[in-house]
Amino acid sequence: MVERGPIALSGQGLSFGYGDSQVIREVDLSLARGELLGIIGPNGSGKSTLLGLLCGLLPPKQGRVELLGRELGSYTRVEVARRLGLVPQNAELAPGFTVRQTVLTGRFALQGGRMFENQGDLTAAQQALMDTGLTGLAQRRTGELSGGERQRLALARALAAEPQVLLLDEPTSALDLKHQLGIMNLLENTCARDGLAVCLVSHDLNLAGMFCHRLLLISQGKTLAQGTPEQVLTPDLLAQAYGVEVSVDREPSRGRPRVTLSAPRP
Amino acid sequence: MRATPSRLITVCLALSALLLLALLVGLWLGTVSIGPGQFWDWLTGQLKGSSAVILGQLRLPRLLLAALVGACLGLCGAVFQAILRNPLAEPFILGVSGGAACGAVVSVLIGLSGLWGQAALAFGGALGTVGLVLAIARRRGSMETSTLILTGVMINAFFTALIMFVISTTTDQKLHAILFWLYGDLAAANLTKVALLLPVTLGGAGVIFFFARHLNLLTAGSVAAASMGVAVERVKMIMFLVVSLLVGVTVSLSGLIGFVGLMVPHLVRMTLGHDHRLLLPASALFGASFLMLADTVARTIISPSALPVGVVTAFLGAPFFVLLMAKRGSRWW
Repeated sequence: MVERGPIALSGQGLSFGYGDSQVIREVDLSLARGELLGIIGPNGSGKSTLLGLLCGLLPPKQGRVELLGRELGSYTRVEVARRLGLVPQNAELAPGFTVRQTVLTGRFALQGGRMFENQGDLTAAQQALMDTGLTGLAQRRTGELSGGERQRLALARALAAEPQVLLLDEPTSALDLKHQLGIMNLLENTCARDGLAVCLVSHDLNLAGMFCHRLLLISQGKTLAQGTPEQVLTPDLLAQAYGVEVSVDREPSRGRPRVTLSAPRP
Repeated sequence: MRATPSRLITVCLALSALLLLALLVGLWLGTVSIGPGQFWDWLTGQLKGSSAVILGQLRLPRLLLAALVGACLGLCGAVFQAILRNPLAEPFILGVSGGAACGAVVSVLIGLSGLWGQAALAFGGALGTVGLVLAIARRRGSMETSTLILTGVMINAFFTALIMFVISTTTDQKLHAILFWLYGDLAAANLTKVALLLPVTLGGAGVIFFFARHLNLLTAGSVAAASMGVAVERVKMIMFLVVSLLVGVTVSLSGLIGFVGLMVPHLVRMTLGHDHRLLLPASALFGASFLMLADTVARTIISPSALPVGVVTAFLGAPFFVLLMAKRGSRWW
């Protein structure tokens, strides 16, 4: 078990719905500094909505979110952005901007009334480009990027703001194996080094199980299980959540749970 | 191009030089030919007689009004394009100019025919139309290009009908003036109009430039902008208010001049890139030069007669628009 720092982000009794349908029901979660929390669950289980509640873009119907000890609603948007970064699914990028310009726009919340970038902004952007392996593409326009490059650019833009909490929705869905590993290593290292608190939504159970300290499994908007990957990635719970049969063993490099679909020949 | 203070200054200086050049060309060219010697005399304040009146009381106010109107239209186009995230958005195409024109016509109808009354009702018309466009855009989440253009076409059709209804009831002698005004005309320019538009333009441009970085983020979409710290709804509201004011006052003074807000920001983006810290000031300055030159063409091309300047901008702008539409498949912006 990883030693956990003070709570960076927490949600208590979160509920949300569109009209009559409840998308999120009574979800509790907490995220400590330096922790990597994975939210997993089937399609339509409310993972992205939960992320929306945690970053304040959706107002909860019930419950409250606390960011660094203060209620999220008491911050202005720019105050939230100075502390919390969001990498949405299919992140939209400004057309016509270069990769470097896009990363620099991520510094907005830290610039206050300053109209132009200073040395600090340029250094942070340079670092974010390097961390996400985009330095070579710095002058490329956003319209010329591949899906995976766009995804890494959205992450770089969020990292440039040097947030204390980072929320990511499917950050590796368009990435090849090498870049999946690169991004997860980056997140893991930043958590350990700077105490960044990361909450990521993923469909890749093995990748989430390998890197996340804790997992939250939700199904139909409700918490089904919360705990270490070993506690959550069990055949029983996954069968309950996804309605499929899986087998779980250990992957050799870290000894974390490895989920394999069971699909006997007909 | 990344925006830096030195680049901003360079761009502004270069475009100011162009502005000055356009002003000199506009003063010099016209139905009554003015020789270089006379022109020099006028510049140094030694010219007397009819030539001095033509330069000082006809051409100069008209050029200054053209510059201010062009600056406003260039800025408004850039702002609409950023906020609606659509490169074809422009006051004329969206129907916002039409709404403003309708307001101005109504002001004449109800007897509020002073400059201020006309500007106020035109502002109201522009604001109402922006609200309508916004409501449609909001209902559908984001606005498809085809929806946007069709909405604009319908709004324009409605306002044109309304304006035609109104002018059908007016006397024949006013008809020529109203028709010219509907096509965008600067012939009625005077220094009073310039004095009305100058503070509005400077104030509006200042507010818009203050939000340049916000607009940069808004072009990446509302979610991205909000997550990076922009109070999206508030910024959009302020921008729409300012743009409605600029369009309203501009239209009440000069009529419906189309496509400037489309062409000017596009040409600027092609050379300076998409960063609004450069794009906005450059669009204002280049828009000013552009409309001064377009109006000079309008005054001289069928001399001694003159065209409404909106005819010249439409001759250039409509093919430009079609070209952009055709290019859509490859790269939109």
